Amino acid sequence: MHDHKGWPAAWRSPELKKNYDVVIIGAGGHGLATAYYLAKKHAVKNIAVLDKGWLGGGNTGRNTQVTRSNYYWPQSAAFFDHSLKLYEGLGRELNFNVMLSQRGVLTLAHSVHDLEGMRRWANAIRINKVDAEILTPAEVKKLVPMINLDCRFPVHGGFIQRRAGISRHDAVAWGFARAASSLGVDIIQQCEVTGFNIQSGRVTGVNTTRGTVEAEKISFSVAGNTSHIAKMAGFRVPITSMQLQAMVSEPIKPCLHTVLTSSVIHMYVSQSDRGELVFGGGADVYNSYAQRGGIPLLQENVAALLELIPAFSRLRLMRQWAGITDITPDTTPLMGHTPVQNLYFSGGWGTGGYKAIPAGGDTMAYTIANDRPHPLICDFGLDRFESGKLVDEGAASGVAH
Amino acid sequence: MLRIRCPWCGTRDEVEFNFGGESHITRPGLDADDALWSDYLFNKENPRGVHYEHWLHKYGCGRWFNIARDTLTHEIHAVYAMGDPKPELVEKIAGD
Repeated sequence: MHDHKGWPAAWRSPELKKNYDVVIIGAGGHGLATAYYLAKKHAVKNIAVLDKGWLGGGNTGRNTQVTRSNYYWPQSAAFFDHSLKLYEGLGRELNFNVMLSQRGVLTLAHSVHDLEGMRRWANAIRINKVDAEILTPAEVKKLVPMINLDCRFPVHGGFIQRRAGISRHDAVAWGFARAASSLGVDIIQQCEVTGFNIQSGRVTGVNTTRGTVEAEKISFSVAGNTSHIAKMAGFRVPITSMQLQAMVSEPIKPCLHTVLTSSVIHMYVSQSDRGELVFGGGADVYNSYAQRGGIPLLQENVAALLELIPAFSRLRLMRQWAGITDITPDTTPLMGHTPVQNLYFSGGWGTGGYKAIPAGGDTMAYTIANDRPHPLICDFGLDRFESGKLVDEGAASGVAH
Repeated sequence: MLRIRCPWCGTRDEVEFNFGGESHITRPGLDADDALWSDYLFNKENPRGVHYEHWLHKYGCGRWFNIARDTLTHEIHAVYAMGDPKPELVEKIAGD
């Protein structure tokens, strides 16, 4: 025991250089993972990751830590299952305990029709080679003994992806940051991008609050600010930014051993290793960059949770916050090329970007290194809105849209 | 909680209203190419700053109207009728 003295720095804090091979804007999970895989798998050594705040301080530090791959469309399932598989080995890959706990994600059905839809969803998932299992109300009750099956919208059953679960979001950011830094990646915090240098339709650098940087290639992954950065680069994106709230209760003894979600009553809840209930629901209905969330939706989230598990009514809320989610029309992310040459991006993750961090980094690194989309993301490009080949993924948030 | 001033009913809580999204979107002509058409259908201004948007007073008079609202502070700078141009006062505030 060292009384928490003598901890070495986990990553370097270098000065910003004038020139890089690749500059990544946004030191969240996606940006750090992209830098890590670029250095590890594609031997790109001269990389900078810039962030206007601190690393992992945006949506990476605001989400509810759920990881799952129970998606309907084959493209989505292939991508998100790749991500879940990477999560399964991430602790060893980064030599950093991300505390992955595959406790399952249980999605509830509240009517006969809901259950029918769920059978179809679960079958599609299984055809996608991802695990999914329909549960009876009795099986739901066995898994979550505190549940009130006979609530306002009675529980008719549900389905579970047992490989899904939660992990520690800060550890994912810190793990990728430490591993990337040790491979020579410069992580520059408190360095805000203020504009791009674009010549003849080709990006050559960025202006920042710490000076101008030249780069061969630039990528941005700035959840909650994708439209803002795209506008700086001179193009428009099909994104609406909205506040998604989350909240935690005071800590209690272990009582909830899975992640419980319901699209009908718009609620999801899990219990952290510290014992707090972590829960949330739908997004506030209007455009916002305010990162705080409104009271009406907070009340809806709490009411839905208490209807389902009345025993939680005795608990106090400890914290409530919001992240800004970039919602696309088909709720599928936007990844790959932009209309500007040598400028790439990864955004539009809506309410579910956390689970995509390892695969997002892996596929964006490939895309940047090879200047062509990774096979797993070739349907996620900005061009789909012109071609009409949308990936209308109702399962993206796991709750109804 | 937003407090929105309906031009007909006065100031009410946000839960009485439905959000209608961005205003002042112009439908292109029938000769529009795919790029222009998809821009019209899907792309959004989505500003970090003043947003010109329309709301429906669903649990009130049932009428639509426009507002200019800051997406960072949620401050409402102007309320104006459907079909009216963007109010000029707000253009000076918009910094984004």
